[in-house]
Amino acid sequence: MSTIIPQLIIGLTDLAAAFLFLYGLKRMSSPVTAPSGIFVAGLGMVVAILASFLYVFSVSAAARPHLAVNIGLALIALALGGGVAWWSGRKIALTAMPQMVALYNGMGGGAAGAIAAVELFGNKAQGLAQLVVTLLGALIGAVSLSGSVIAWAKLDGVIEKPLRVRGQQAVNALFMLATLAFGGYIAFVTQSGVAPLIPMPQLIALFFGCALLFGVLMTLPIGGADMPVVISIYNALTGLAVGFEGFVLQNPALMIAGMVVGAAGTLLTLLMAKAMNRSVGNVVFTNFGAAPKHKQGDIKGSLKPVEAGDAGIFMRYASKVIIVPGYGLAAAQGQQRLYEFVKLLQAGGVDVKFAIHPVAGRMPGQMDVLLAEAGVPYDLIFQLEDINDEFANADVALVIGANDVVNPAARTDKSSPIYGMPILNADKAKKVYVVKRGEGKGYAGIVNALFYGDNCNMVYGDAQAVLGKMIEAVKGLGLAAAA
Amino acid sequence: MDFAITMTGFVALYIFMLAAFAGWVIIGGVPAILHTPLMSGSNFVHGIVVVGGIFALLNASTVLEQSIGFGAVLLGAGNAAGGYAVTDRMLAMFQVSKPHRARRARAKHLKKV
Repeated sequence: MSTIIPQLIIGLTDLAAAFLFLYGLKRMSSPVTAPSGIFVAGLGMVVAILASFLYVFSVSAAARPHLAVNIGLALIALALGGGVAWWSGRKIALTAMPQMVALYNGMGGGAAGAIAAVELFGNKAQGLAQLVVTLLGALIGAVSLSGSVIAWAKLDGVIEKPLRVRGQQAVNALFMLATLAFGGYIAFVTQSGVAPLIPMPQLIALFFGCALLFGVLMTLPIGGADMPVVISIYNALTGLAVGFEGFVLQNPALMIAGMVVGAAGTLLTLLMAKAMNRSVGNVVFTNFGAAPKHKQGDIKGSLKPVEAGDAGIFMRYASKVIIVPGYGLAAAQGQQRLYEFVKLLQAGGVDVKFAIHPVAGRMPGQMDVLLAEAGVPYDLIFQLEDINDEFANADVALVIGANDVVNPAARTDKSSPIYGMPILNADKAKKVYVVKRGEGKGYAGIVNALFYGDNCNMVYGDAQAVLGKMIEAVKGLGLAAAA
Repeated sequence: MDFAITMTGFVALYIFMLAAFAGWVIIGGVPAILHTPLMSGSNFVHGIVVVGGIFALLNASTVLEQSIGFGAVLLGAGNAAGGYAVTDRMLAMFQVSKPHRARRARAKHLKKV
């Protein structure tokens, strides 16, 4: 009797939470309403978490003696996990956000896996369907956890090079099969009641161990340039795992939230892969750098460095400048300086536009976010398909910290690993300036023919420092004119 | 009377199907500018897993179950809180800029004309 009211409240709040998640995501999908969207979804989260403590009224008989301890543990875990993550999410530099998303996503996958582990160790699943779904959720959650951690390590620079060994795919397949076999055996033993060959707890541990290892092995060979797609895949997978565990726990809010994210994440993954002109299977199963070694002797010309100040003055007297930002701009935190420089050019009557490649930076849309942070108006920012034809009549294309997204090899060179990827046609501009830290290669590890073009000059240096010099030079012009 | 929710077989499949469709439709046609915030936002939404963690932990009866349940709540809370913090920071950039910027751009345009 005493459980009816809590059950009713939980049911209603979970219903409200599911609605708020959907409504919040809907609001997040338009730039105008986006900021309030996360607040709406956050509201759903808070009420769902508060209501979840009403489960104390309906705990199983076995758990009743431990209730006080369990409540304490739950509060500590909430405060600790939530507090640390909140603090790190607030503190972290803007450029590090992609890897933080990976990390938080891995946590969600781990949580789903852990819920499945509790169900499995406690042998709580009822019926074959629940057991199979528990195992599936556990597998996906564990893979998402370990894979996301590797993705984080790669983006954060902890792991520098993609690790590739011969026959890796066979090893990966073996681990996948082993995980499935252990899972199948667990289901068989639980259902048939036959005594297992290995004690059950060890069997479950082996199952999780194989799944975790599979996540690691699957992610290690994938190059850093593909990490955005990989994070998006794991985001969708975590959603799926959460949805599955929601079914096991008979919680429709988890089912709906998880499955919505699973579908949304899948679509987002496809959009990202499409922007790179690669299929998702291609990203995951063939390695970016594994394409046949590209002969780089066919690039003619030389790198022609110029002073930052000279480049700045040249742009001041151009009539149309298109700026192509890339990860280098984010890494140097040069966005404020860049906008300062753009304002100077605009004051001189120069028509300035920004051209954003869909996969510039380490995450789709990262450049938009970065420029928005610096205060660049939306109407100056153009996406690839909207601006690509304008390069031909631009006086200057200023490429800042971008490389692969302006590599003409994607258009012309069939042997190049990025062949076929849509690129920004910066090489078609009358003059190209490339701001770059040094002569290193881009994330894809291939030489960029654009840099060797007759119309291209290199400006070496940290983006922020280079832009500082450009600003100084252009301001100096104004002073000289006034004197 | 009983308000306990039970879902089996096809009811669960219908929920999954409708939810997946909703997710697909909501994300379809989103401008590229919102891809990162949306990935982060959907990452926050699956932080709801923390509720499942709390349920599992409250029903734990052995030390093993308690420690794994503790881990589930810890990780789930991290997913939710971190996801919110990062998404909110990304989206806040859209907030401050929007109104006065549109006006300023229009003013500039008028001046040019």
